[in-house]
Amino acid sequence: MRRYLARKLIIYVVTFFVAATIDWLLPRMVPGNPVSLLLAKMNLQPQTYNATYSLYMKAFGFNRPWWDQYLNFWRALLHGNLGVSIYDFPKPVTSVIADYVLFTLALLIPAILLAYFAGNKVGAMAARRKSLDNTVLPVGYLLTATAYPWLALLLAFLFAAGGIGHFFPISGGFSYGLIPAWNWAFMWSLITHWFLPFLTLFLVAFGGWAIGMRNLIIYELESDYTHYLEALGAPSKLVRRYAYRNAMLPQLTGLALQLGVIVGGAVVTEVTFAYPGLGYLIFQAVGNDDYFLLQGIFMFIIVGVLVANFIIDIIYVLVDPRTRVGISGA
Amino acid sequence: MFIHKRKMAVGFVVAVAAASLMLPLLSVGASGAPRHASDTVLSFPRNETVYTSGVAYSAPTAWNPMNLGNIATGTQGLLYETLFLYNPITNGYIPWLAKSGTWTNASTYTIVLRNGIKWSNGSAFTSADVAYTIMLAKTNPAVPYSNLGPFIASVTTPDAATVVVHFSSAAYTQWQNFLWHNPIVNKAIWSGMSAADQVTGANATPIGTGPMLLNAANDQEVAYSTNPNWWGIKDLGLSFKFKYLVDIVNGSNNVELGQLLEGNIDISNNFLPGIASLVSSPAATGQLNATGGYGILTYYPKAPYMLSANTVWLEPNMTLAPMNNLNFRKAVAYAINPAQIASVIYDNLVDPANPTGLLPNLNPFISKSVLKQYGFSYNPKLAKQFLKASSYKGQNITIQDPVGWTDWNTATQVIVQDLAAVGIKATAFFPEYAAREANLTDGTYDFALDNNAGPSSNPWSYFDRVFQLPILKKQTAQLNWERDNNPAAWALVQKLGTIPSTNVAASQAIYAQLEQIELSTLPEIPLWYNGAWAQYNTTYWKDYPVSTNAKDQYTPVMWGGWLGNMTTVLALAQLKPVG
Repeated sequence: MRRYLARKLIIYVVTFFVAATIDWLLPRMVPGNPVSLLLAKMNLQPQTYNATYSLYMKAFGFNRPWWDQYLNFWRALLHGNLGVSIYDFPKPVTSVIADYVLFTLALLIPAILLAYFAGNKVGAMAARRKSLDNTVLPVGYLLTATAYPWLALLLAFLFAAGGIGHFFPISGGFSYGLIPAWNWAFMWSLITHWFLPFLTLFLVAFGGWAIGMRNLIIYELESDYTHYLEALGAPSKLVRRYAYRNAMLPQLTGLALQLGVIVGGAVVTEVTFAYPGLGYLIFQAVGNDDYFLLQGIFMFIIVGVLVANFIIDIIYVLVDPRTRVGISGA
Repeated sequence: MFIHKRKMAVGFVVAVAAASLMLPLLSVGASGAPRHASDTVLSFPRNETVYTSGVAYSAPTAWNPMNLGNIATGTQGLLYETLFLYNPITNGYIPWLAKSGTWTNASTYTIVLRNGIKWSNGSAFTSADVAYTIMLAKTNPAVPYSNLGPFIASVTTPDAATVVVHFSSAAYTQWQNFLWHNPIVNKAIWSGMSAADQVTGANATPIGTGPMLLNAANDQEVAYSTNPNWWGIKDLGLSFKFKYLVDIVNGSNNVELGQLLEGNIDISNNFLPGIASLVSSPAATGQLNATGGYGILTYYPKAPYMLSANTVWLEPNMTLAPMNNLNFRKAVAYAINPAQIASVIYDNLVDPANPTGLLPNLNPFISKSVLKQYGFSYNPKLAKQFLKASSYKGQNITIQDPVGWTDWNTATQVIVQDLAAVGIKATAFFPEYAAREANLTDGTYDFALDNNAGPSSNPWSYFDRVFQLPILKKQTAQLNWERDNNPAAWALVQKLGTIPSTNVAASQAIYAQLEQIELSTLPEIPLWYNGAWAQYNTTYWKDYPVSTNAKDQYTPVMWGGWLGNMTTVLALAQLKPVG
């Protein structure tokens, strides 16, 4: 077990190093200069422009050679410092992210968990009931093939803009005019603003899990051990339970692979609803050439996805006895 | 046992999901959102609050009036104030923090301040604050008006209400612009900051002289509450009938339109395509507020609906062929039909530009005879003649503007067709905003749509923008992006700065010369005026500025330079609650 985890950890550390380097490099390859973008709004005379320009270049460390900027990036990163945001200047990136990340987590954690569990359950049920299968299969395919922004727009039109009614607000994380505080008015506002973006992410992911589970269960119910159990006269409930547990394994691997995709889906969904999460922030950071903010958000996502994968690795060991045997045998 | 475990797992998942839903509450009080200590409201009553949007594109994080690039809406105008205001509608100045300002001789300017003005921390606003703010031009090269530094010799303060500025050489126009552009800061606070912080610091607990106080800020909005001790209440009899003003950070255009129509926003300064069809006509009874429909009003009840804010021009790269050929530029100028762009693409929300490109408030500066002799207009036949006489050999040229600026992108398609009709091969090219900015700075473009000349009280800034020399490898400051090397014109612009604003005849003569040079050499091809986009919802508030109310000729725009330098504060003071 320890060797298994140590090996995994080394892989994660190398992945992190490569991902962080790419993360540092990519924003800098985008054409344009964030400081001149920032100054473009100011309408300054040339001599003032030059003084202000060098002030900002120094403030962001852009006046140093590229290798020094890279080393400095690691130095700062190891101290938990992600730099200063250009888009939200002069706020530190860590505190910008702290403001937005909670909204994203509030969206992603329920969407991922509930879609995963509900999808698997419904998929498994569909695999053994023809009538249910006839509806779940086409609906599942439709949902999983739907583009996030399209579904987001459709839901916004139907439930927020009056297509069916004005049940939910159309944009934002909470109502204008409310001050964030621990009271019912604010909490209710959070929930109503959260619902449609959540539903978008939930529905698309739900479709995928349901179809996957349905196919896996059908496959498991056709395998030798199932026929053997049935021949022994085992109750069908017991057979189904074994099939479900076996079918869970590929789904769990799928969850690890899907995390990145879901984060991508959250970006476009948040943009559509102007929901103040990390995805919305990525969109703004790209538009403003905000190297540090982009870097910081991606760093956060990289760490988040790696940690989630690590947890899934551990869960995998717990739920699949074969891995345990393999580990102790190795 | 097995079943029991599974039930527990399901319960656990649901509990985690539900708990994470409340995660945003953890940010309460943690985001460093400034709150005004005396105010403990948790929500702003709708009938006491004016909601605005269309200004902020990022979360409010800084209230430093020296940082013009990234400050919260309201920093200029609601918190910090200038010595004078400029009204582009009536083309006049309004004494603000200053009671008066006069040239006592050719190199001395005397400012007399209003009495009894107080900073929001209770300390007195005095001539020392004004003198200190002016001297920052000399002591800190990064303050936005440091271009004035070399012209100022010294500033003296004979008494608490008088400031005397001694100039070493004349810079009349730039000084005039300072008076209404740059807010006065608190000496005690600013002198305690580092030079970098004076310009780039967040100034999160702003101490100003203005009509409102910072109340709260989060990633979605910034909120102000009225300042009961504001000098304008006593001195000018102005008072706000609302208690709070909340400016919302922009979402997308359709989100903003929805919020306006639903009455969640009172004043929207977004460009909302098609808003003309939603505008209600003021009732004939003299009651200026809309009845029926969506209750949406604009400054003008009919086209162009909006005041003009800046000039959109087609910018040729004059270092490249065929754009460096005058006849080719003339061919382009005569080939384009701005009236069609205004009506088809903008639904008449904008007006075609005067060929000089000077905004309507600067009409008094335009020489009619020059305009008549040298002005151009849509004329494909003439365009073809100019094209024949030019060096154009059928090469393809590109026209750039930022991707996603949908109105400009469609206008560019129309221009491409107009050019094709006279035999010029052009293609539209829409890079990302940042990439297009870099292309203009580096000179890697053929033509670009651009609008970097904003409103001013005289045409000096406009011509400074067109003719600024020298041309650098990277034209960073948004001046002379077309790279027109015209030393004679630049000498005239510099000379203008040294003529007292009182000598109208002398400055008019030079403006006429500059207009003639501009029209006969076409370094820019002015097309239309972008609007000062403003639409108001009349559900909660009435008496917004409209052209038909002679007593309310104020600017309805919350953009930094308008709220802080022009007359938006006066417009806000006219608002009254409905019912």
